[in-house]
Amino acid sequence: MAYPTRYRYTREHEWIQIDGPIGRQIGTIGITDYAQNSLGDIVFVDAPKVGASVEAGKTFGSVESVKAVSDLFSPVSGTVTAVNEALNSAPETINTAAHESWIIKVQLAKPGEVDALLSAADYEKFISEETAH
Amino acid sequence: MTTENTPVSTDSTPFVGNTRKVSQHVNQNEGLIFEKSSPGKKAYRLAPLDVPEVDAAKLLGAAVRTDLGALPEVSEIEIIRHFTRLSTWNYAIDLGMYPLGSCTMKYNPRVNEAVARLEGLADAHPYQPEVLSQGAMRILLQLQQCLTEITGMDAITLQPAAGAHGEFTGILLARAYHESKGNPRKKIFIPDSAHGTNPATAAICGYQVENLKSNAQGMVDVAQLEKMVCDDTAALMLTNPSTIGVFESEIHKIANILHAKGALLYMDGANMNALVGKTRPGDFGVDVMHLNLHKTFSTPHGGGGPGSGPVVCKKILEPFLPVPVVVENSNGTLHFEYNRSQSVGRVRAFYGNFGMFVRALAYILANGPDGLRQTTEDAVLNANYIRKNLEDVYDLPYTTPTLHEVVFSDRRQARNGVKTGDIAKRLIDYGFHPYTVSFPMIVPGALMIEPTESESKEELDLFIDAMRQIAREAEENPSLILNAPHSTRISRLDEVGAARRPVLRWKPEALEMA
Repeated sequence: MAYPTRYRYTREHEWIQIDGPIGRQIGTIGITDYAQNSLGDIVFVDAPKVGASVEAGKTFGSVESVKAVSDLFSPVSGTVTAVNEALNSAPETINTAAHESWIIKVQLAKPGEVDALLSAADYEKFISEETAH
Repeated sequence: MTTENTPVSTDSTPFVGNTRKVSQHVNQNEGLIFEKSSPGKKAYRLAPLDVPEVDAAKLLGAAVRTDLGALPEVSEIEIIRHFTRLSTWNYAIDLGMYPLGSCTMKYNPRVNEAVARLEGLADAHPYQPEVLSQGAMRILLQLQQCLTEITGMDAITLQPAAGAHGEFTGILLARAYHESKGNPRKKIFIPDSAHGTNPATAAICGYQVENLKSNAQGMVDVAQLEKMVCDDTAALMLTNPSTIGVFESEIHKIANILHAKGALLYMDGANMNALVGKTRPGDFGVDVMHLNLHKTFSTPHGGGGPGSGPVVCKKILEPFLPVPVVVENSNGTLHFEYNRSQSVGRVRAFYGNFGMFVRALAYILANGPDGLRQTTEDAVLNANYIRKNLEDVYDLPYTTPTLHEVVFSDRRQARNGVKTGDIAKRLIDYGFHPYTVSFPMIVPGALMIEPTESESKEELDLFIDAMRQIAREAEENPSLILNAPHSTRISRLDEVGAARRPVLRWKPEALEMA
């Protein structure tokens, strides 16, 4: 599975895509293909409401699979501007297309935080080390 | 040993072990009891009414119930057959090894049952006056003394109904302790190898959870812990031995780091079966922990319960224990003390699951100190015997010495598309309950195996043969495993469908169509 180079990644296996002009940047957040693969069949996504604030490195929701419930960690701080409602009835789309199935969109409060995130190449290196364990 | 068993029919690969544990067995189909119902059938006949009839509607007014809903109407033999047939579909520790890791599915000695059924105990009523309950209360006290001695702690409550309830009670004590010092604090640390109930407990008790990453040996990263601990740390919840069956060798250091900052060390007692009689949590710095009588102390488990999760603690937490507390009067009689100003209150109706206390005490007294120590040694020996006999065919991600359970990963089999869940399903065909799959989370594709001390070498050998055979099938005929189980009434259940679209209630067909 190729990891899109336009995304940045967290060590907790979230991806984020940044769009919009400087000062009004929106981050679109989902979980990686590696994450969906280790979770197995996803049955429920618990996301925050529009308007909620999220903080970089802190949990903003959870994903439930047949195996486990896992926390979602926000790559950036900001305010939730949209939630992917389609996941309520079809959470399995994360399993089939993790990199297209976004969970929330966030208005970035501190755009500088993005610089600390992993590039696609760094993330791939990170997960290969993780699996080599 | 019989060799006349009919082999599992779908199996084309020659079996490599001594003998098979299972043969095909006929059992009967059985529907829901509602589906067997037909109007007017009865399992009883009452004698003619010999008192004046009462008009319920007149007596109860609007509260009288006229629609009784869908209740099954069946005869006595239909009820007996219904439940007897269902019981033959079960797997139980009384049928064979139940190697569910972390669950300690040990044998429930029959002497426990005999004692628990003694009339004076089985028929005791919780509202019976104290003066008539002295024997039962003495059992509570004696079990308390045994458990505090085994764990090296000072005080105890027997009330919690099971492990997670024990965790909840234990963290309530920690919170009350911190509150009494003027600040409940904010955070609880939990290693990434922990049982899922630990973070749930911390959250329910109003704490933020901070994840503690394990090091390469599967233990707490002490340096990392030292960096993280601060004045906001309420406690660390630690399972020892950890969920990969490894003893935290730096447990003293861990306790000291926490205590230096005024934080407490909570121990999840799920794996106490590896420690009883060998070492005591109270001696290695634990402040509060729960025990699972239904794991370590042989009371029934897994559908046979109820559970029981006593909490033991150090003196500093004693004032906060739930009420009531059994206290000995100066004349030697016992009473329940309710008036304790700092208590967290009640956590359970009455005094806990009393029947389990009787069984646990019977187990402890029947074994005695030497017997309990032997039990621990046998549990560890059995897990290591399995490890030694399977480590050449299954990947062992942590080579740290194993205590009471061993965790493999499906890494080798996964190359052929066979995952831990598939191996577990195939194990059913060989007559064993599956091990714990996909846990702990720090091992991708985990196979978590805990034989307990109950198993003989003969049963362990059967299990090892089955596991080796499955490893061979994974190489030679993976589809056999991927489609397992073949010998059960139904093969794979739609677990995903059940989670995504659960059907929680049976409805008669007529209603369903309406």
